[in-house]
Amino acid sequence: MTEALVSPQAPEAPASGASGARQFWRRLRAQRAALVAAVIVALLVLIALAAPLLTALEGQDPTTYHPSLVDSARGGVPIGSLGGISADHWLGVEPQTGRDLFARLVYGARVSLGVALAATTVQVVLGVVVGVTAGLGNRWVDQLLSRITDIIVAMPLIIMALALLAVVPSSFPRPVLVSLIIGFVAWGTIGKIARAATLSLKNLDYVAAARLSGWSTWRIARRELLPGLAAPVITYAALMVPANISIEASLSFLGVGVKPPTPSWGQMLTSANVWYQAAPQYLLLPAGALFVTVLALTVLGDGVRTALDPRSASRLRVGTGRGRETTAAVAAAAHAAAPVPAANPASGTDPVLATDPVSGTDPASAKEARS
Amino acid sequence: MNGFAGFALRRVIGAVITLLAISVIVYVVFYVTPGNVAQITCGPRCSPEQVHQVTQQLRLDDPLYVRYWHFLEGIVAGQDYSTGTSVAHCAAPCLGLSYQSDQQVTQIILTKLPVSLSLVLGAMVLWLLLGVGTGILSVWRRGRFTERALTGLTLAGISTPVFVIGLVLMIVVCGQLELLPFPEYVPFADDPEQWAWNLLLPWLTLAVAEAAYFARLTRASMLETLAEDHIRTFRAYGVGERAVVGRHALRGALAPIIALNANDVGSAVGGAVLIETLFGLPGIGQELVHAVTVVDLPVVVGMVLVIGFFVVLANAVADVLYALADRRVVLT
Repeated sequence: MTEALVSPQAPEAPASGASGARQFWRRLRAQRAALVAAVIVALLVLIALAAPLLTALEGQDPTTYHPSLVDSARGGVPIGSLGGISADHWLGVEPQTGRDLFARLVYGARVSLGVALAATTVQVVLGVVVGVTAGLGNRWVDQLLSRITDIIVAMPLIIMALALLAVVPSSFPRPVLVSLIIGFVAWGTIGKIARAATLSLKNLDYVAAARLSGWSTWRIARRELLPGLAAPVITYAALMVPANISIEASLSFLGVGVKPPTPSWGQMLTSANVWYQAAPQYLLLPAGALFVTVLALTVLGDGVRTALDPRSASRLRVGTGRGRETTAAVAAAAHAAAPVPAANPASGTDPVLATDPVSGTDPASAKEARS
Repeated sequence: MNGFAGFALRRVIGAVITLLAISVIVYVVFYVTPGNVAQITCGPRCSPEQVHQVTQQLRLDDPLYVRYWHFLEGIVAGQDYSTGTSVAHCAAPCLGLSYQSDQQVTQIILTKLPVSLSLVLGAMVLWLLLGVGTGILSVWRRGRFTERALTGLTLAGISTPVFVIGLVLMIVVCGQLELLPFPEYVPFADDPEQWAWNLLLPWLTLAVAEAAYFARLTRASMLETLAEDHIRTFRAYGVGERAVVGRHALRGALAPIIALNANDVGSAVGGAVLIETLFGLPGIGQELVHAVTVVDLPVVVGMVLVIGFFVVLANAVADVLYALADRRVVLT
């Protein structure tokens, strides 16, 4: 896969694909921070997958109320020391409702990771389809799709997501809805990346050769272009995952994302500031879980980028603002378009693009990215 | 300069088209709702007659394009609204009336705007100082402990959702240490000192979250500039390290910083929504969250458009400033 990045002329041979993957793993493993992050991410995924098992082990579930465990006279403060930590409730109980905190935390991991992955998938599929179509289509198709992409990029993400969440009836399954909305509002940057990469790949000799041998556009897109797109798209998608986790947490914190009884880390923090004295873990656990998850995924994403594009590391660009998807809004889109030129030997030498973190935020500089 | 004027003009036209497109999307999406707007507005206990009355009053029977055209007309020319007994006039940039309170959306936004602008603009000053300062410091002390510490801090800043930063700061600074009051908005005109004192924590929260990106960008751009040939030439001429880093390398980072800053307004607005909700500041963000929870569509549409306006404006300004700051950019 990464082979296409190193030498775009050799995308087809299956052997080269395998060695590309091996090279990727080698480069990823060489980075200690990324390795540690990968282990943490793997653990988190494991916890999310094993949530029912873990809670069964504890003998609790995330939705049962335990009114006897909170002091209703004092506004619902958990009874007992340290927020009601006991052998039955390993991390204590939620204030007011008495729901088990451990269970809500591990089930919250499911929501966080699940929504983030689903949203990223939607973003990648939409972005690649639109980007490749724009890149391969005629002038009008390209103009139309590029304009639409520009508009999507220009929309303030949290605001649009907030507004869209208002209009869908609450009977719709909330985590699915949140994933879809994040996906549909924030695919613009991947679209730009896919289009720029398609444009630079489609004029290469091997694609021309495929066209001359009478391959259909669809077959060219699938067999010749997608392998070349993998590196820049994966690079960006890896950084979108932590960004999407933050967005889901933010929306749920605002009370419009994932709603009770489904637990979500962001949602748990909504009323945490009221209870921090009586039950500090009610604040610290979800906040810490969010921090560790986003941090690990961000470090892993940086590692993936370095592994796919070693040049970015050698040029000391590991820490460029380009990866700023974490709070991800419009601005995220901005420099995110930059990995394209950087990850792409065909256009990476352009002096304008090499220093331009915002190429692609607007019609004007998008044109530069095209050249 | 002709090329530049043309570029700026094209940019403005592009911005207007983007805004129009956003307005169409927002309008269509929100008013082709699966839910029954009249029923939601009227409340769950409304009789069918009452629902019908609300439908008439809100003109929900008209085809969508008629209503959209009406909406655009209102923005350009103002609108007269029947409020049952009397006729109210809604002046030129009219965004309609709130379903809930019958207030004019433009009025609601105007009363909330100073709070949000105070928050975002004040924070911007802080995040530029903090972010660029951190970036310069980490380049200046590169290869030493300071750089590694700052890089770690920056990564932590990027990895923490802004509302978590705010939550922790509020509990520690206001709750435990009691250094600052729990923020409560005081208009600037009433008492500038209290205004700043109360906003200090929200500013800091937003600034810390945003500064991390600026630190990263500043550091990366400066390092990149330092690797360029002209810097080697400066060094060969005996220009000191302080001048090389502080003057010449920083100049190379200027254009990307300008661009990121204007582009950041979008994400800052998103952050502002969270901060306003967290600290209970009566700004646009808090009002938007409220409008979303009660499905007050005119308010939601109006606010999304106004926020979109600021973001698109900032992007256009960014492009123009960027072109001015970096003459290598080809104007098209």
